[in-house]
Amino acid sequence: MRPELICPAGTPAAMRTAVDACADAVYCGFQNATNARNFPGLNFTVDELETSVAYAHERGTKVLLAVNTFPPAGKFDLWKEAIDTGVRLGVDAFIVADVGVAAYGSETYPDARLHLSVQAAASSPEAIRYYCREFGVKRVVLPRILTVPEIKQLATEIPCEIETFIFGNHGLMVEGRCSLTNYVTGLSTNMDGVCSPAAQVHYERDADGNLSSRLADFTIDCFSCNDKAGYPTICKGRYLADCREGGYYAFEEPISLNSSPLLPELIAAGVHAFKIEGRQRSRAYVKSVVSAFRKAVDAVMSGDEPNLADLVALTEGQKQTEGAFKTKKWR
Amino acid sequence: MTGNLTLGPILFHWPAEQKLDFYAKIADEAPIDTVYLGEVICSKRAPFFEQHYDEVADRLQRGGKKVVFSSLCEVVLKRERRAIEGFCELTDFEIEANNSSALLHMNGRPHRIGPMMNVYNETTMAYLVKGGATHFSLPVELPGASAEILAKTAADLSVGTEMQVFGRASLAVSARCYHARAHARTKDNCQFVCEDDPDGMPLKTLDGKPFLAINGIQTLSQTYLNYVSELPDLQAAGITHYRLSPHSQDMVAVAEIFRDVLDNKIEPGEGDVRLSAATGSVPFSNGFWHGKPGHLRI
Repeated sequence: MRPELICPAGTPAAMRTAVDACADAVYCGFQNATNARNFPGLNFTVDELETSVAYAHERGTKVLLAVNTFPPAGKFDLWKEAIDTGVRLGVDAFIVADVGVAAYGSETYPDARLHLSVQAAASSPEAIRYYCREFGVKRVVLPRILTVPEIKQLATEIPCEIETFIFGNHGLMVEGRCSLTNYVTGLSTNMDGVCSPAAQVHYERDADGNLSSRLADFTIDCFSCNDKAGYPTICKGRYLADCREGGYYAFEEPISLNSSPLLPELIAAGVHAFKIEGRQRSRAYVKSVVSAFRKAVDAVMSGDEPNLADLVALTEGQKQTEGAFKTKKWR
Repeated sequence: MTGNLTLGPILFHWPAEQKLDFYAKIADEAPIDTVYLGEVICSKRAPFFEQHYDEVADRLQRGGKKVVFSSLCEVVLKRERRAIEGFCELTDFEIEANNSSALLHMNGRPHRIGPMMNVYNETTMAYLVKGGATHFSLPVELPGASAEILAKTAADLSVGTEMQVFGRASLAVSARCYHARAHARTKDNCQFVCEDDPDGMPLKTLDGKPFLAINGIQTLSQTYLNYVSELPDLQAAGITHYRLSPHSQDMVAVAEIFRDVLDNKIEPGEGDVRLSAATGSVPFSNGFWHGKPGHLRI
């Protein structure tokens, strides 16, 4: 079985880039709270999506529409509209997380293909089987917390395809269950599709040249003048605890996921699709990452060694991890 | 009585003796209608108290409390999956699911939906009711405007709605144990260091501002959610149950204050003053209810 390469499309231009770099599928969202990357300057208008779906389909690339946030009561119509529009434009699958959205999609459009978003936080075979049974989910995007042996075992216990993240942001919080951003900013990751919103990010330099990164009222990290300042994502910040001397990364270091060395093992474990994270990234990033992974997947499938050295340079802070896939010791 | 007062599961790793004393006091003295029991956060902690549940449940019931068992919120490992399966076979008590793996087993049988289950809208609520859900604890970050719509939906569907009104707010969970990490250990060799922090381990920002609290795989707010002043709004919105999340402070006193406000014996303002005194002036927040940053006190 040849696994699919699922690539980020934050903008129509990024989508064309990913399609041209031979992605098997691209994923994208509308310019509103219905998707989990509701960032300024990102995502698609209805017209843009219509044109982009045509572009992708002409070149044999599938389009997956992320409708993967949790509609708050009273606002459900926006999510319905996203599904309705996606069906009308002929997207190939919907990535959903909310039970209500999944129910609406499966009941209104029984032929629509549903993928279970990582935001649904389905990390056990039973949780995944629930969504398969109730909504006919065809594929699950696994949380980034399982090891290769765990994925291999899981593949034998669920009736749907498996998609795993292979490259990009490495978050440790259970996705779809995190209200840290809302606690600090008043905007919700689950309801608004926002994580550490840029409009509330500030950098402040003190007299010694140290730079603080802040999100709304809270300092998330501090850098000496020689350090490269990172973006203030709450779960990647440094904090003080009584049992530690000085600031430490209480949750996770600002590190990127790069599981490419495990590609052959993951394919053997029964993974149907590999997802590259980064709808917020540039076209140049998309082009180089997608091209490199295209070559790597094709190399593995023809029995050759994949060459991925170039990918290291693309990772955040040049630090990378194979994440949970390799071992459960990180837990 | 104008609203049910409930006591959520103990989120922290208290020694068994402390839990036994706590529940004995709750059973005898606290004006609480429903008590949720069970280890919600970490499957490694569960064996320490398992042998006591029968005794505690019996004691609470004799004290006139309804007992509901609450499930683990993170289910990944084999032992966690087995625990959920066994949990779903409980027939003597109502159960509250905090992970969707429980929903597979329920399949139409009556159960409650816990606050970590992401019920944000009417469609989700109605769907889960069809699957046997009888009662919903709404997500802690849900603003009042949405809670009101959900409470009305719940009333139409003849199910209960509950919101946390006191205690640190659960903000995130992870597969990684941050207590172990802080002590340069991993989850597998944690040596139960979380027992050192009965209300969670405080995290401050680098400039010394109190921010979050760590409880094993869970991250909570440093502030204590306090909706005592919002109780009339919650009641008007149609919320039927009000959840206190246990802390090391005097929870009987906390329960009495909320009970008195719910029963219109004292004004919310007086309740708020008494609550500050009873809790040693912990910082309070209520931003989530008002659709504002959760850490704020509006």
